Amino acid sequence: MQREQLINATTLLALLAVPLWAWYVDEPFTITLATKVAIFALAGVGLNLALGLGGLVSFGHAAFFGIGGYAMGILASHAQTYTPLASWPFLLEGTKSMPVIWLVAMVMSGLAALAVGALSLRTTGVYFIMITLAFGQMFFYFAISWPAYGGEDGLSIYVRNGFPGLNTLDPIQFFMLCYVLLAVVLFFFARLAKSPFGMALNAARQNDERVQTVGITPYRLRLVAFVISGAVTGLAGALFADLNRFVSPTMLSWQTSGEIMVFIILGGVGRLYGPVIGAGLFIMLEHFLGGLSEFWHVYLGVLLLLVVLFARGGLIGLLAGKEVAHD
Amino acid sequence: MTDAVLEIRNISKSFGALKASNNVSLTLRAGEIHALIGPNGAGKSTLIKQIAGNLRPDEGTVWFEGKNVTALNTVARARLGLGRTFQISSLAMDYTVLQNAVLGALGKRGKVFRFFSPVMKDKKLLAAANAALAQVGLEEFAHYRTSDLSHGQRRQLEVAVALTLAPKVFLMDEPMAGLGGEGSQRLMGFLDTLRQQAPILLVEHDMDAVFALADRISVLVYGSIIATGTADEIRNNPEVRAAYLGEEDAE
Repeated sequence: MQREQLINATTLLALLAVPLWAWYVDEPFTITLATKVAIFALAGVGLNLALGLGGLVSFGHAAFFGIGGYAMGILASHAQTYTPLASWPFLLEGTKSMPVIWLVAMVMSGLAALAVGALSLRTTGVYFIMITLAFGQMFFYFAISWPAYGGEDGLSIYVRNGFPGLNTLDPIQFFMLCYVLLAVVLFFFARLAKSPFGMALNAARQNDERVQTVGITPYRLRLVAFVISGAVTGLAGALFADLNRFVSPTMLSWQTSGEIMVFIILGGVGRLYGPVIGAGLFIMLEHFLGGLSEFWHVYLGVLLLLVVLFARGGLIGLLAGKEVAHD
Repeated sequence: MTDAVLEIRNISKSFGALKASNNVSLTLRAGEIHALIGPNGAGKSTLIKQIAGNLRPDEGTVWFEGKNVTALNTVARARLGLGRTFQISSLAMDYTVLQNAVLGALGKRGKVFRFFSPVMKDKKLLAAANAALAQVGLEEFAHYRTSDLSHGQRRQLEVAVALTLAPKVFLMDEPMAGLGGEGSQRLMGFLDTLRQQAPILLVEHDMDAVFALADRISVLVYGSIIATGTADEIRNNPEVRAAYLGEEDAE
């Protein structure tokens, strides 16, 4: 336990130190890479609530990531062309304000998660994986075939959205925004894991029957977890779209769902900081191996196999040892 | 009939051609231990599942404190006050013993949708959990991981979690199995006093325990109850001897 906390703190500090160093030596590309890590980590931390703590292997989280992205894209595109989203029954205008966009992204992806979860959570195991994948694909094809917002080509936003008091076009300032959001979510999720809700959710993952026998309905726990999970992944989607100033259906593809899952598996399923380490490792591999060969995914595949076969607790499990029961 | 806390009326349940429960009626009165015995395959588990709410009977009704609960699921029945222990231990294996007990106390208290305060620092829940563990003699093992417990200890933990629910009825499926002589004796002594707190419907294979503890015994054979009565009545019932106890007398 002590060791895992040390690893967690080191991870969080390293994620801060690298871009600060890059800023000092004026390497904006490295800052962008670190920003990507923070955003992917946030998406992974969101999914890990459902997957790690709740035992819900959702293969459709790209939908929430993409909905967050499109929330940003749609609001910002209306703002940049000065056309309202709707003029009836009341005037609804676009916005370039990040806090508003984040809120909308979280609400929309949370609502989508509510709908998807309410139906999918009636199944378990492999059926749950398949039905979440199917819902994910539905959102994907919807985005592709919706010409109003770019369809297959996606949506470009010319200027990054604003945050009061900051210049978000400065890479280090945008990084700090993403980093602080990640840290806040990590703080709340750490509390949540130990709360009555977290305890019951974790128990339902271990033994559904036990939770029912003490008079708690597992379905409700899982649905709430799924909604929170979807909303956080949606927030990450909004940030990712802002990082690239571009949204496209690729964000909603099943490969994206898989990638978010890979962050978790690499770092450690059910470990709060697992996705942070996993996303860091993923981006490093993509950067360094991707520079050597465009087929770098082969090496990622080998690494994943090794982790699944020999280090079930992911990188954190390898470094911190087996998870011990503690009160 | 009025003092029956739990009552099942004319329950029938079939799986294809197999009649697992055939017009079964049974009452559990306040303050008693009512044992349910029967050879393997007699339909004891099926009956327990229908009482707990895992299975819906084809016919018949289940009454709890004068209320028809036949249509309620396991969660609703647990909330009404049905405390169940399982034949094969059903616990959160990654949790410590104390965490399992706290989970029970949390279920009893409700208010599960709290996202911020640490549950393992809640003094009231901890007190309830520790009290239950002390009652079954597991307090020394509170910080053990549940998967590290012996089968007997898991049994005891099942009972402890049921205790945290402060139920109005205990439904115990073979709580003595795997306990060993000493543990068995201890649990018997404990169940003996527990009946004052809430009546117990006890499914048990240990005949010595059943005849020593039970106020009444029902014998289930091929899905039907062939006799209900005190230990002496059951011992001397010729039908029961033939169907069930007979094998021992054959020598």
